[in-house]
Amino acid sequence: MAKQILLKNIEVPGLASFGVYRQLGGYSAVEKALANYTPDQVTNEVTRSGLRGRGGAGFPAGMKWGFIDKKTENPRYFVCNFDESEPGTFKDRHIGQLNPHQLIEGMILGSYALGAKTSYIYIRGELFYVLRIIEKAIDEAYKNGFLGNNILGSGFSLDLYCQPGAGAYICGEETALLESLEGKRGNPRIKPPFPAVVGLYGCPTVVNNVETIAALPWIINNGGEAYAEIGIGNSKGTKLISACGHINKPGVYEIELGLPVEEFIYSDQYCGGIRNGNKLKAVVAGGSSVPILPANLILKTAAGETRFMSYESLSEGGFQTGTMLGSGGFIVMDETACIVKNLLTFAKFYHHESCGQCSPCREGTGWMEKILHRIESGHGTMKDIDLLVDISKHIEGNTICPLGDAAAWPVASAIRHFREEFEEHVKLQKCPF
Amino acid sequence: MPLLKVTIDNIEVEVEAGTTIMNAARKIGGSVVPPAMCYYSKLEGSGGKCRTCLVKVAKGSSKDTRPMPKLVASCRTLVQDGMVVENRTSPEVMENRRAITEFLLLNHPLDCPVCDQAGECHLQDLSYEHGLEETRTEEDRRTFEPVDIGELIKLHMNRCILCYRCVMVADQITDKRVHGVLGRGDHSEISTQIAKAVDNDFSGNMIDVCPVGALTDKTFRFKSRVWFTKPFDAHRGCTKCGGKTVLWMKGDEVLRVTGRKDKYGELEEFICNSCRFEHKETADWVIEGARNIERHSVISQNHYEKLDLPENAVEGK
Ligand SMILES: Cc1cc2nc3c(=O)[nH]c(=O)nc-3n(C[C@H](O)[C@H](O)[C@H](O)COP(=O)(O)O)c2cc1C
Ligand code: SF4
Ligand code: SF4
Ligand code: FES
Repeated sequence: MAKQILLKNIEVPGLASFGVYRQLGGYSAVEKALANYTPDQVTNEVTRSGLRGRGGAGFPAGMKWGFIDKKTENPRYFVCNFDESEPGTFKDRHIGQLNPHQLIEGMILGSYALGAKTSYIYIRGELFYVLRIIEKAIDEAYKNGFLGNNILGSGFSLDLYCQPGAGAYICGEETALLESLEGKRGNPRIKPPFPAVVGLYGCPTVVNNVETIAALPWIINNGGEAYAEIGIGNSKGTKLISACGHINKPGVYEIELGLPVEEFIYSDQYCGGIRNGNKLKAVVAGGSSVPILPANLILKTAAGETRFMSYESLSEGGFQTGTMLGSGGFIVMDETACIVKNLLTFAKFYHHESCGQCSPCREGTGWMEKILHRIESGHGTMKDIDLLVDISKHIEGNTICPLGDAAAWPVASAIRHFREEFEEHVKLQKCPF
Repeated sequence: MPLLKVTIDNIEVEVEAGTTIMNAARKIGGSVVPPAMCYYSKLEGSGGKCRTCLVKVAKGSSKDTRPMPKLVASCRTLVQDGMVVENRTSPEVMENRRAITEFLLLNHPLDCPVCDQAGECHLQDLSYEHGLEETRTEEDRRTFEPVDIGELIKLHMNRCILCYRCVMVADQITDKRVHGVLGRGDHSEISTQIAKAVDNDFSGNMIDVCPVGALTDKTFRFKSRVWFTKPFDAHRGCTKCGGKTVLWMKGDEVLRVTGRKDKYGELEEFICNSCRFEHKETADWVIEGARNIERHSVISQNHYEKLDLPENAVEGK
């Protein structure tokens, strides 16, 4: 059984209540840190753990904390990114809904390390029921002296708020999130400056993903080094994977980074294999934004080596033959899946979610959707396939935020690996599935 | 402060720290200047959106000589000492500019013959210089009904390229947040809440900053093609603004009053609505002389050639 850090107690009834969480050892990391560690020592433990951001980009958390401007007189903020809306990704919800105190404990630790006196959990608008659960947990934490003034007599005070968004994928991009949190339209900011210098209300700010923050209590309790012993290469610790699609056991799994992809898909402990004994066709390994890979390339690299669930192994081969770990949204397709139709669904999503600030993304996402719609419904031409590649190339890298890239990569990779299937749609003048 | 040296398309220029690549290029002038559809030097926070000004940074600085991994928006990227920038000399930049132009035209009606902005439209100029000769789209464009923004301004969303300039004018001239963009992506539109900024005496400047025919002057709409009018610099003693304007005349008739624009199409000064909309008699103005339009588009073609000649300049009234 793989090491369980995030989901260890997830099935304990009543875990969302303060009493049960506390009984299982909850909030001991806050007690430990406030009594024995300076804020910088907390940061050091996180740096030592090798924990990388679980929101998609995989940026080392300790290093990000190190960038925060501690010299200014201005307040500093710690913000949790709970906007989780990438198609295929539903891991943060699992924590927020079933174990909210773990997230709150992480928020207290991060805020202490960064010197934030006010912190926010920004939650996706559609997750209103989770907001209610978190708000109740925040109330309990205040009542029990873990939030508010002078926590545990340490002199450290913290106010924590949970703020719902209005339901926009783009508000998961950290600077759009900050705009939205300030009450403005959620347009991504032009960087630099980065949030560590100019963040919420112009003050130094760190934004981290729910899963990143939820790992903090364990790291403080057990030490950064213990965390770094789990995993492989520069992929330390455990990762939540939300698995869905044509598998026998969809769900949220905690894996040790470094698990072979094949084991993850076929072992009964995880996905339990492909439904009805069907053949594996393709996998989108890290949420809708990352390149799709055909079965042969997801199980083994182009060089014929075993592919592992880790940042490095999944990106082995670059975009030609590799992909990314991303947010951990693992979408599996069997032989009955139509790649074009699946891609059209993604394209619709990006078109709908583009904020529209910059012209390549605003216009290109809609254009790609229309062309894909044409191909899928049997009205496409061979030229359309090349046109799609051309459009995706001119969006990629030319936009303010990575949503443009996220819209372009799935298109480019689907055509790279499944071109015949697009051509078949054109030749038959209909979808062959 | 020591000056920073930057090379753009093989031409070296020295600028102060804090200068953008765009403004360094404007200091050199000529074809080295990237086109700007959203940046507007007088509007705080503008730029970064349209991406027509993307350039290649072949060398980051003398300290860090690496090239930048992606093309950068020249209007929002600061110059470093020793930086080497490629604009027109980079095939990659030109290729992407073609693509950006195509993106901007994707939802823009190709009906310049019936658009009031034709002849002084920056998108027309951009397409002329960087666009493809034919369109690769067969999809429907998005359509809206034209709406009034107050009594004096017409908004035609079909033509809007969402550059946010008008929004920033509204932001700058009012201290309340009374305007904005509604919706997302290619379904977003300039909010008619912007109408609330129209009470403001300077709202007419939104027309002048609009690079396309999305915001037009209702007192001038369809009165004349702009190239059939003659521009004259004029002024009047105005208590609200500097009163320095351009009169667009046909014979003795003042068809339109606008602010004075520099060679990048930017207003030199905002003018007030009273000067713009209420003073349409020649008697209201002291006419300084014919205005030389330094643009390469339709507006400066044909019969304006003569206006460049000193003997044809009209002095006084
Ligand atoms: C379009 C877009 C959507 C994003 N959505 C999320 C999200 O829902 N949750 C998240 O944690 N990060 C999201 N990110 C990444 C954030 O910008 C940011 O990198 C992350 O929150 C940092 O936290 P981490 O370092 O702990 O991963 C998104 C990025 C982009 C470009
Ligand atoms: S890339 Fe798309 S989502 Fe990101 S800022 Fe540009 S238009 Fe908005
Ligand atoms: S109406 Fe004109 S100025 Fe306003 S955003 Fe559209 S194009 Fe820009
Ligand atoms: S002018 Fe620079 S991005 Fe528009």
